[in-house]
Amino acid sequence: MARSLIGFMVLLLFLSTCEASPIYQPISVCHRSAALVHFSPDHGSFKSLEETYEALRTFDVLGIQKKPNVTATACRLISEAVGSSSSTPKDLFYALKANSVAKCKINDKVFQGIITRLNAAVNDASSLLDFHYSVGGLVLVKSSKPDVHLANADGIFRSVKAFSQGDGKWRYSSNNPESSAFAAGIALETLAGIVSLASSELDQSLVSTLNNDISKLFDSIEKYDNEVLYFDVMLGDGHDHQGPLATTSSIVRGLTAFAALPGNKILGLANFFLGVGVPGDAKDLFNQIDSLACLESNRQGFPLALLMVSIPLILFLPSTVLSLTKKDSLQVKVNTVLGLNPPPLTVKLVGAFTSGSKDASLVESQELGFDAGTGLHNLNNLPKSIDVGSYTFVFEIVLHKPEDEKVYVTGGQKKVPVFVTGLIKIENAEIAILGSDLGSIETQKKLDLAGQSAVSLSANHLRKLRVSFKLTTPHGLAFNPHQVLLKLRHESKVEHLFVVGNSGEQFEIILNFLGLVEKFFYLSGRYDIELTVGDVVMDNSLLRAIGHIELDLPEPPEKAPRPPPQPVDPYSRYGPKAEITHIFKAPEKRPQKELSFAFLGLTFLPLLGFLFGLYRLGVNLKNFPTNTVAATFAVLFHVGIGAVLLLYVFFWLKLDLFQTLKLLGLLGVFLVFVGHRILSYLAATSAKLKSA
Amino acid sequence: MGRTSSKEDAGALFHSLRSAYAATPVNLKIIDLYVGFAIFTALIQVVYMAIVGSFPFNSFLSGVLSCFGTAVLAVCLRIQVNKENKEFKDLPPERAFADFVLCNLVLHLVIMNFLG
Repeated sequence: MARSLIGFMVLLLFLSTCEASPIYQPISVCHRSAALVHFSPDHGSFKSLEETYEALRTFDVLGIQKKPNVTATACRLISEAVGSSSSTPKDLFYALKANSVAKCKINDKVFQGIITRLNAAVNDASSLLDFHYSVGGLVLVKSSKPDVHLANADGIFRSVKAFSQGDGKWRYSSNNPESSAFAAGIALETLAGIVSLASSELDQSLVSTLNNDISKLFDSIEKYDNEVLYFDVMLGDGHDHQGPLATTSSIVRGLTAFAALPGNKILGLANFFLGVGVPGDAKDLFNQIDSLACLESNRQGFPLALLMVSIPLILFLPSTVLSLTKKDSLQVKVNTVLGLNPPPLTVKLVGAFTSGSKDASLVESQELGFDAGTGLHNLNNLPKSIDVGSYTFVFEIVLHKPEDEKVYVTGGQKKVPVFVTGLIKIENAEIAILGSDLGSIETQKKLDLAGQSAVSLSANHLRKLRVSFKLTTPHGLAFNPHQVLLKLRHESKVEHLFVVGNSGEQFEIILNFLGLVEKFFYLSGRYDIELTVGDVVMDNSLLRAIGHIELDLPEPPEKAPRPPPQPVDPYSRYGPKAEITHIFKAPEKRPQKELSFAFLGLTFLPLLGFLFGLYRLGVNLKNFPTNTVAATFAVLFHVGIGAVLLLYVFFWLKLDLFQTLKLLGLLGVFLVFVGHRILSYLAATSAKLKSA
Repeated sequence: MGRTSSKEDAGALFHSLRSAYAATPVNLKIIDLYVGFAIFTALIQVVYMAIVGSFPFNSFLSGVLSCFGTAVLAVCLRIQVNKENKEFKDLPPERAFADFVLCNLVLHLVIMNFLG
């Protein structure tokens, strides 16, 4: 279990290194590893008969050795399905399809049972898929039992033909208006099966009515890049949701069954399937591999019309980037779509053109030498006329045997974009400070762009800076790279970029600081100088800091533009911000403490005066009640008033209004009660005195 | 006879007022004393405000109005307690005093809230 897991991981790792190929390359090792990854059985068996069939067919086409337990479990699944009387026609169909690859033994009695059930299914069929499974099953049985026939082939043919909409799309059933091109492929496969099962010759007129449907189907074929043909999901395809890969794949199967694929379309369709690269899921991989196998072994058709069998040959370059420095040679490979060896042939280089130009070819037409060991066609020495740059090479395949031409499709001339790279020589690199007079040179230094040295210069705004160098290709021609830039960066990180112009080989830029003062925002100081020379075909593109210059610029005037704000480190927004200085209202002028205390003392004077006045009036407490109860109430009354006043003091000091009101409520009730008692007592006493 | 100076007239008026005032009952005199005390306290606060300015104004108002308020309530009490006042003949003075106490307590609650 662990070993298989490790093996699986190794496969996955390997698969991740298989990149999508830019040009259409045939099936390779990457597809094999993908198949092993996608079709790995769960505990030795697959989830369904359909998946079993897809796995077996993919392994078979790719030449992967099946593990014995996989075949054993597949056979078990198949025999279960064919033996059980409750299997649907769909199960039988896929079981028989899987069996055509696995070749398990099924005994005659079981076969008889299958034939009866499928015949019954054909008669009961009402939808396109019903017909497809039952007729397809019978076709597969016929390969083991050649005497299987279909009664009433005419009638069944007509029933299936009735599903056609006439515009290339077919419906799935008569009461469902949804139609698709995918269904067209299924229908064609089914009809081919009916033709092969017919006990007597079918009415040819019936079959020829199909030509109209097939031509309508081809009308809807999509083109891409002049090389790729495919069938896309057409507008109005109901809930089918089959992508272009599944749709094209189904149509290829159908047309192959009828041998109705025209030779001129085969290469385009093959390019489509190869262009998918390595698909990401099992179904896509099966569709791709199965379709390519159909295209390759196109012989299995019926001689309805001419025997149109064409096997496409794919020409590709393992590497489209050739380096003059490493003395790479041009290598071309030709394979069939499934990566098998082609018939004996020669590859001719018909011409080479600079990309985008319509000038004559730079090379003469010549043949490439063939190395039988590696299977590569080589051109060992690139012609002298090929310098660095991007080219379009045109190749042609010439088959050795004339009879192969009827079998194989070469696709005529093939254009391949090729990049030729090399070392660009940079010579006479110099940097100089020029004076204001014409031609006067103040400082001149040689630049060593290959090394690490840095120059140090200084200038003021009246001077000019000149940088110059020469670029030549390995063959000595002038070279104009994509990027030649000079950058000056100030210490405050403000940058200025200039493009270096050229005339032929000589590149030169002169920065006149007098005119650039405003562009530099009047910033004086140290500027770092950086030179960039780059192109896709340069082996030695460079981006180098060549030194620095101390610039002395005049002071900025009033309205000078400020330098743009430099980008702030994005994480600094999470750091502490600047301190905020609040502006408060200036506090009111308060009086001096002594004055306030003096007046506080003064405020108590009237109180003293009041108390003195009371004394002078002869106030006394003679009328205080002597009765204990009354006296208690009297005391409580005064205590109560005192408590309320104390509460007010606390209110001012620390309590809030709600707390005060709560307590006041309690005290108030107490006070009212007590006060009422004592005052009513006093009133009663004085009334008694008055009446007495 | 008609040559009595205004000064002498003022002096005679003052004396007659004084003697008449001496006849008022003691409890009314206590209340008058209390009113005088309250007014004087208010005047001192006004003088203080005049010296140092009216910040904080709510405190000044609170202090002054407490004095004036309690003075007014005392005047009401005096009216109700005065036996010569026929209007309040049937009102027992204890009741008037209870009203006076209650109203003062409410006044001082409001004052303390406004004092700040």
